[in-house]
Amino acid sequence: MNKLIFLMAALLSTATVASAQTASTPDPLTVRSWAAGCANCHGTNGRAEPGNESLAGANKDEMVKKMLDFKAGRKPATIMHQLAKGYSDAQIVAIAGYFAAQKK
Amino acid sequence: MKRRQFIQTASATSALGAMALMSGCATIGGANGPKVVVVGGGYGGATAAKYVRMWSDYGIQVTLIEPNASFISCPISNLVIGGSKTMADITTSYDNLVKRHGVNLIKDYVTQIDPDKRIVKLAGGSEVPYDRLILSPGVDFMMESLPGMSKAGAQDKVLHAWKAGAQTVALRKQLEAMPDGGVYALSIPLAPYRCPPGPYERACQVAEYFIKAKPKSKVLILDANDDVTSKGPLFKKAWAERYKGIVEYRGKHNATDVDAATNTLKFEFNDDVKAAVLNVIPPMRAGDIAVKSGLATANKRWCEVDFLTFESKAAKNIHVLGDSIQIAPAMPKSGHMANQHGKTCAAAVVALLTGKEPNKQPIYNNTCYSFVSSEDVVHVASVHTYDADKKTMLTVPGSGGVSSAANELEGRYAMAWARNIWADTLA
Repeated sequence: MNKLIFLMAALLSTATVASAQTASTPDPLTVRSWAAGCANCHGTNGRAEPGNESLAGANKDEMVKKMLDFKAGRKPATIMHQLAKGYSDAQIVAIAGYFAAQKK
Repeated sequence: MKRRQFIQTASATSALGAMALMSGCATIGGANGPKVVVVGGGYGGATAAKYVRMWSDYGIQVTLIEPNASFISCPISNLVIGGSKTMADITTSYDNLVKRHGVNLIKDYVTQIDPDKRIVKLAGGSEVPYDRLILSPGVDFMMESLPGMSKAGAQDKVLHAWKAGAQTVALRKQLEAMPDGGVYALSIPLAPYRCPPGPYERACQVAEYFIKAKPKSKVLILDANDDVTSKGPLFKKAWAERYKGIVEYRGKHNATDVDAATNTLKFEFNDDVKAAVLNVIPPMRAGDIAVKSGLATANKRWCEVDFLTFESKAAKNIHVLGDSIQIAPAMPKSGHMANQHGKTCAAAVVALLTGKEPNKQPIYNNTCYSFVSSEDVVHVASVHTYDADKKTMLTVPGSGGVSSAANELEGRYAMAWARNIWADTLA
């Protein structure tokens, strides 16, 4: 599955003339759209309203670890363990990178 | 108001150009930049309007046409009916879309779309040109399936309260006025309809109100579907335990007519039901403007779209999103999903108007919280990704799920969800 995502990312990258991408890096606009899917609960560009965790400017490695722990069932949650299972590891890394780069 | 007079007196193009300059954000395009018109300021349309502005670096001009003065959320509105929240709690101004994002807001509604000239005509008489049109008209009701609802006064007495607003308040008043010992009957249409778990949440909210204020009263759920369509075991547990002896559920009760004069509901196969308060959620279809524009190609009810762009399969340069679309498998008609459509569509529209290719791998989630009391909540969550072979969105195997039990912690998360999605959509 990860290989498939990488392959699709690679195909997408070569199809995008505007930016030269390495095979493992998805197109930034694609990642921006993926990350926007989290904004419903975590705020536009990861700047959350009170009650949910802000992701903007958070540490990338910590976010990745947390998501992978949710995904593997190592970290208990009400809902995030179910949502994390929908995303590939590569998507999680890319989305975490996007939020880490946002202004707090 | 000045803005609208302005747009009616000046040519629409120069008015929009002036708007972009006034907002000080016209970094690309300016007066000659591409024009996007968004019809409907709900979860789908308002999100699309904001994100087209944001993601075009404020270069694409966006006009949002919405008849209501402010945004009133359907999610959480059942708590207004139950009495634990107020209309103010679920109402948000459109001001930030205008002030922060430079969206040109017109308080009006669209009467006609001319896809050849690429113009929408408004009830107020003006015309607004577009390069791409985003329709997010929500649902309208198929009142013809319940002939008695067309009689004079019927729709004022037998309420749906399925579009948050005046009917939400009116239904609450009917419940407050109902004598103790009365029956509140809730009729649910066959799926698909807006917000699958919404009716069952409403039954819980009314039951909780009855326990507090009218303990001899009953909630009778009359569901056209065979069984509870969403979060079934969790709702049934609430009715069997918290609301024992108050809530009664009857499946396979497909309503065919209403006699508003006697508050009587008639069914395809079952005996008539009379109630003190009759709350009928009629079958739904895409919003009227989409239907009369020929975009509702699925059973003449729902609009088929390309899930990469939300462009209509029936008309070029017209995108349709939110509750009015023919949904992908296991995709709910929900406010959360409409917000996701809005962002996916916005990214695609910006790409198409700036000569780029739309994202080929959309992935987004749905989370839906239902209040089984004023504090305790159950959720359902899912993750949806594009399948290039089937050309639709499919749920990711192994992802998603429901709460193990109703709990107060998720009650707090549900309100945090509401604050965040209202901000993501409108702020």
